[in-house]
Amino acid sequence: MNSFADLGSSKLESSLNDELKKHVSAYDKCKDLPEDELFTPAEFDSSEAEMGGYSNYSYWKATLRAFLHNKTAVFFLTVIVIVLAFTFIQPLLPNQRSAKTIYNDPETGIQIVNRQPDSEFWFGTNSIGQDLWARTWAGTRTSLGIGFAVACWEALFGTVIGLLWGYVRKLDTFFTEFYNIFDNVPQTLVLILISYIMKPGVNTIIFALCLTGWLGMARFIRNQVVIIRDRDYNLASRCLGTSTGRIITKNLLPYLVSVITLRMALAIPEAIGNEVFVTYIGIGLPTDMASLGNLVQAGRLVMSQPELRYQLLFPTAVLAVITISLYIVGNSFADAADPKNHVD
Amino acid sequence: MRAVIEKCNNSSKRLTEIRSINCSKGQDTVTKYISKRILHSLITLCIVIVIVLALLRQMPIEGYFNNFDKMSQTQINVTLKQLGLKDPLPVQVGRYFVQLLHGDFGTSIKYRAGYSNAKIIAQKAPLSIEIGLISLAIALILGLPLGAAMARSTRSKFKIWDRFGTVLIVIVQAIPSAVYYLLIQLYGSEWFGVSMLFSRSNYATWILPIFSLSLGNIVYYAMWLRRFMVDEANKDYIKLACAKGVSQKKIWNRHVFRNAIVPLVQYIPNSILFTLMGSLYVESLYSIPGMGGLLVQAIKIQDNTLVEALVVLYSMISVVGLLLGDILMAIFDPRISFTGKEGAR
Repeated sequence: MNSFADLGSSKLESSLNDELKKHVSAYDKCKDLPEDELFTPAEFDSSEAEMGGYSNYSYWKATLRAFLHNKTAVFFLTVIVIVLAFTFIQPLLPNQRSAKTIYNDPETGIQIVNRQPDSEFWFGTNSIGQDLWARTWAGTRTSLGIGFAVACWEALFGTVIGLLWGYVRKLDTFFTEFYNIFDNVPQTLVLILISYIMKPGVNTIIFALCLTGWLGMARFIRNQVVIIRDRDYNLASRCLGTSTGRIITKNLLPYLVSVITLRMALAIPEAIGNEVFVTYIGIGLPTDMASLGNLVQAGRLVMSQPELRYQLLFPTAVLAVITISLYIVGNSFADAADPKNHVD
Repeated sequence: MRAVIEKCNNSSKRLTEIRSINCSKGQDTVTKYISKRILHSLITLCIVIVIVLALLRQMPIEGYFNNFDKMSQTQINVTLKQLGLKDPLPVQVGRYFVQLLHGDFGTSIKYRAGYSNAKIIAQKAPLSIEIGLISLAIALILGLPLGAAMARSTRSKFKIWDRFGTVLIVIVQAIPSAVYYLLIQLYGSEWFGVSMLFSRSNYATWILPIFSLSLGNIVYYAMWLRRFMVDEANKDYIKLACAKGVSQKKIWNRHVFRNAIVPLVQYIPNSILFTLMGSLYVESLYSIPGMGGLLVQAIKIQDNTLVEALVVLYSMISVVGLLLGDILMAIFDPRISFTGKEGAR
């Protein structure tokens, strides 16, 4: 038990005790009354009717408490925050180089190609003389941006479709068929077509990944909804005449918060992985534009020479740190957001 | 990190799906159920083919020619007509279906012009299947015991297996496979002194690709088996068995494992069939002449007939795989039936 949980439970307990005392005191009041008066109907008191149990339980507070309880998760959250902050602060720091400039040796005028990491070029230079340090962080910015955009879209669109698919029975057949069909159309075909139709660039990649990515999310939400849609509390709601829209937003959605956040946290590493994939099959971002996919791909080409391996290892290390941290934080947050884990 | 894996249920989906299928359709017999499903899948398959054909038509015309700039308009038109691209879409679709019904997958137009697609696939597939099956077997042999050990160690004091497995799962799941495949190739070939490139006759070169391929599956099976076993071990009947004094070994092997394996069994036919597709990354990293990059390559060079053949093949595989998975699951768990109604839906 940590202090937070103690604080919360003791508060809850004291308030419950107060509540109990109130009831006892009401009984005490009547104890001395003559017997015949005990059986006369009590006077109607509207404020009594409103009285109920009280708990200071707050969903988000409890979630936060459960999350902070998990030391590993807090550690990785700090890592993410630091890395994220650094990717945005880095260009503003003094003495930073641009990610696109090709550097020449001031004396000979020859490009500084494949320079090993040293005090001047912290991560070395790549095969055409660009600063790998600057490129790594610029690439992280690009890739995180892509990942975040795709994850948001997936969470939003996928959830809406998934809720409708799962809850509205009339739509079930339609969406299931729709899913079966589009799940079998190869993603590569769609990606390549889009890369032909649109100009290669960040927006194209985001669009392409969004177009195909939400199917999985919708299906996932649908299965969750199918599991809980006929639980007793929903049945009761339905019998009481609650509208479909309200059941979806008030009964189902809160239940799904934990799984949606989890999927979102995982969608970012996945989108980064997909970005690496599209670069790998040659339809990714233009090579001069830094992105983790491009950097890994460029590093792959020179990895057979042991002295040039740093070009693969630095971007890979940054990528691994980001994806692992996001994965762990996402999982822990999902655990924390599950109300079942709030009772400790 | 305790419950990192508990939550990533990206796919307890099939189980729920089956249940919902059972409930919505109270079929009379298994055969009726299966034939209905096959019919259904055939319709889906047809629609997929139509969509893929329509998408392929959107590809730029330049892609069909090696020297587009030098050709005159008439030459271009003649070639396009030969490829059948000048006809309206319904005609093309109709022609393709007639061709398929004759059991003809068409001939390649660019990958190996004039060569039958079936032959191209038949040449490349066996190697992919061989490597895939070996790696799948390894994944099952290592993954299932790992998952079981993890589940059992959640009850022990230090949870050594659980911790070890969780770290492995997080690393393999979180890092994009393209990246760790690279690292395995790089350091594996260096430390063990094997060649970076695959050669059929030298079995030492098989180790790294097979290991890369199985790693993802090892983690997958371990993760899900652990999760299902932990869920199962918390059920009341297990507590009763414990209280009765049934031996731990028997409880874990006969009760927990037997019940937890059921949802996983469903994926096995699919995994086996999908070995046919090969792996894009692994095969291109080690230059294995398998199926891996074939689809991507065919799409890029716009070999339409080959793309269509592959799409038809892969869709059929996934349909058959799911069906076999459902049947296998019913065999493993007698409580699952395709006939009765379940639950109150």
